[in-house]
Amino acid sequence: MQRIGVFVCHCGTNIAATVDVKKVTEMALHEPGVVHAEDYQYMCSEAGQELIHKAIKEKHLTGLVVCSCSPRMHETTFRNAAEKAGLNPYMVEIANIREHCSWIHKDIEEATEKAVILMRAAIAKVNLDAPLKPGESKVTKRALVIGGGIAGIQTALDIAEAGYPVDIVEKTPSIGGRMSQLDKTFPTLDCSSCILTPKMGEVNAHPNVNIYTYSEVESVAGFVGDFTVEIRKKARSVDMDKCTGCGVCQEKCPSKKTPSEFNRGLDTRSAIYTPFAQAVPNVPVIDRDACIKFKTGKCGVCSKVCQAGAIDYDQVDEIITEKYGAIVVATGFDMIKLDKYDEYAYSQSKDVITSLELERIMNAAGPTGGHLERLSDGKAPKEMVFIQCVGSRCADERGKSYCSKVCCMYTAKHAMLIRDKYPDVNVTVFYIDVRTPGKNFDEFYRRAVEEYGVNYIKGQVGKVIPQPDGKLLVQGADLLDNKQILKEADMVVLAAAIEPNPDVRKIATMLTASIDTNNFLTEAHAKLRPVESPTAGIFLSGVCQGPKDIPETVSQAGAAAVKAIGLLAKDKLLTNPCTAHSDELMCNGCSQCANVCPYGAISYEDKEVNDHGVREVRRLAVVNDALCQGCGACTVTCPSGAMDLQGFSNRQILAEVDAICR
Amino acid sequence: MKTEKNRAEMIREISGVNPLKCMKCGKCSASCPSYNEMDIKPHQFVSYVINEDIEALANSTSLWKCLSCFACVERCPRDVKPGKLIDAARQIVVRERGQDYLTPDEIPELIDPETPQQLLVSAFRRYRR
Repeated sequence: MQRIGVFVCHCGTNIAATVDVKKVTEMALHEPGVVHAEDYQYMCSEAGQELIHKAIKEKHLTGLVVCSCSPRMHETTFRNAAEKAGLNPYMVEIANIREHCSWIHKDIEEATEKAVILMRAAIAKVNLDAPLKPGESKVTKRALVIGGGIAGIQTALDIAEAGYPVDIVEKTPSIGGRMSQLDKTFPTLDCSSCILTPKMGEVNAHPNVNIYTYSEVESVAGFVGDFTVEIRKKARSVDMDKCTGCGVCQEKCPSKKTPSEFNRGLDTRSAIYTPFAQAVPNVPVIDRDACIKFKTGKCGVCSKVCQAGAIDYDQVDEIITEKYGAIVVATGFDMIKLDKYDEYAYSQSKDVITSLELERIMNAAGPTGGHLERLSDGKAPKEMVFIQCVGSRCADERGKSYCSKVCCMYTAKHAMLIRDKYPDVNVTVFYIDVRTPGKNFDEFYRRAVEEYGVNYIKGQVGKVIPQPDGKLLVQGADLLDNKQILKEADMVVLAAAIEPNPDVRKIATMLTASIDTNNFLTEAHAKLRPVESPTAGIFLSGVCQGPKDIPETVSQAGAAAVKAIGLLAKDKLLTNPCTAHSDELMCNGCSQCANVCPYGAISYEDKEVNDHGVREVRRLAVVNDALCQGCGACTVTCPSGAMDLQGFSNRQILAEVDAICR
Repeated sequence: MKTEKNRAEMIREISGVNPLKCMKCGKCSASCPSYNEMDIKPHQFVSYVINEDIEALANSTSLWKCLSCFACVERCPRDVKPGKLIDAARQIVVRERGQDYLTPDEIPELIDPETPQQLLVSAFRRYRR
């Protein structure tokens, strides 16, 4: 018989205001096996843990029930406290009387009754608990970073600097990401390339960093400390070792009509291309869908002009298999599609553009050579209108429910840059709210208004109507003057919402990392573990976790690197002992458990068994402890009841149900 | 006589709109073709309902100037749809005058040059479903 101690936490008023903790404590003493019960204001505090320690020693407790918050919050805390007092940590059960009880109920009597029931179930489980010992698993001292934008680059650099090898997998032909497309950066207006390209060079040259560009993650297997990842290195059709990056092939390529991804489709590129002049690596790829040689078999100009003989039309996709201890996701973002926003005439007029398109227009290496002009007729604009929150803060299915966070600042930046370079251009910004928290951010926005004379109007634009003469008629509301405004503009710039890169869904599935309704990766704890995924060994860097600007992304990238380094620095990891096991005498080798196992942890072997004196060879399920995550899918699938989960045995679960139904 | 609270509640019920979802962006007023004819502007309708100032709404010319074009309903990013609030305010005014429950057969003889056409259009739209 167990000697059980029950500890009821008030959690300040979080629990005590809705649950009669004294009554729960008193009721505990009537339960089988309970020899001690007490309540305390904050059980997780040093003093609370001291109470637990003392009771274990004095009453010779063999098991604990802590009635408190969710086990996700403090199970580890209480297990550690038990271990310090000499108790096996797996002899501790948590009855969640906060999230599952006090927070969701109002009536004290009912909530107290439920708390008692939850406690009773936990006591029933402890009565059947057995001490468990975690196993050990190795840590592969190499990290994988998925995505080569500023987030991925920074994370990789930080991990590499700590002495661990890092691989970056980047989908496009060059690292650099969205930041490489930007012209200037707020709030200091330094040129984006000038601060990014040195970092791209640094990460490329770092002895601990290996970059796979034009590559994608194909599959992920394994678990924290020991992931096995397949990377598809797409056929570049150019030999990376031979190519000197001279660029002649791109000049001579006769197929020049593909919309340039880097310039957001505002101009075209050749079929053999590097996305931009400062690309890293400076080795082009052949876009086989656009290449004449691949489409018709006739051409081969690039091969003829290449002095280095680097063109290789026969290259095939290559699968690289590598082991990693930690994986950092840095897949970044894109702007939402605006096809559902007909009222802004984005698809009707070339002069209605997104902010990212404006970045390319303003950039010296962009489609207009950095000259601000209308894309329809090349004329210099005199009136520019910026519309904020296009698709952000939307309750309907056209847009996103969240604030994209970066638009207020980049619009102030655009307005300021235009007023600075072209003082005769009038700039009007329609805004709902101006949100500029951040160091030197509000000052930046105020400078746009006070020093650069940007006209900020509180109100939205209802519609943009292209006129026969090429102008754009903007109909908006000025809510402070309480009037409707009709304004003729030459260009309209839409601050479109940003969304996570759509590929992230596929990657999250491979990593079994959770994702929210907006496709942002979920963090393990919104406040206390913001750069970790709930899946062990997976870390989050940059906009894949939520909208953020460059300074925030770089900070988070560093934080993700530190978490990954902390993992890689360990020689071995303790594994979860709550794994499944098959009873040899009951298993009939039906394979159903192996079919449902999401981790591929179950295999079969032929083994001789002694079944009540009958010796025979049977096909039996065997669980690999290192791969099993203890999800329990096999235990409920097994038709013969052979599969059981340590720490959550079938007997224990039924005992809990019995206790609840008593 | 119903209290202002009752009437505001009724507007919320008829329209099916939660005015608290409004983020005061003004896209409704920016979209409205009758804006200049209205004394209370479309975006203000929302706060009038929130503040339960229904008498002012009932006496507003805006009720009869709204064309029920539903541009604000289409474009509202917050699902507040001021056009529906205006529609509902018009409904309670009509009901309070005891003119509710039209059937299509009765309409031809009821039509006179004084009946605002938008009221009919709006009524048909409402009872179409």
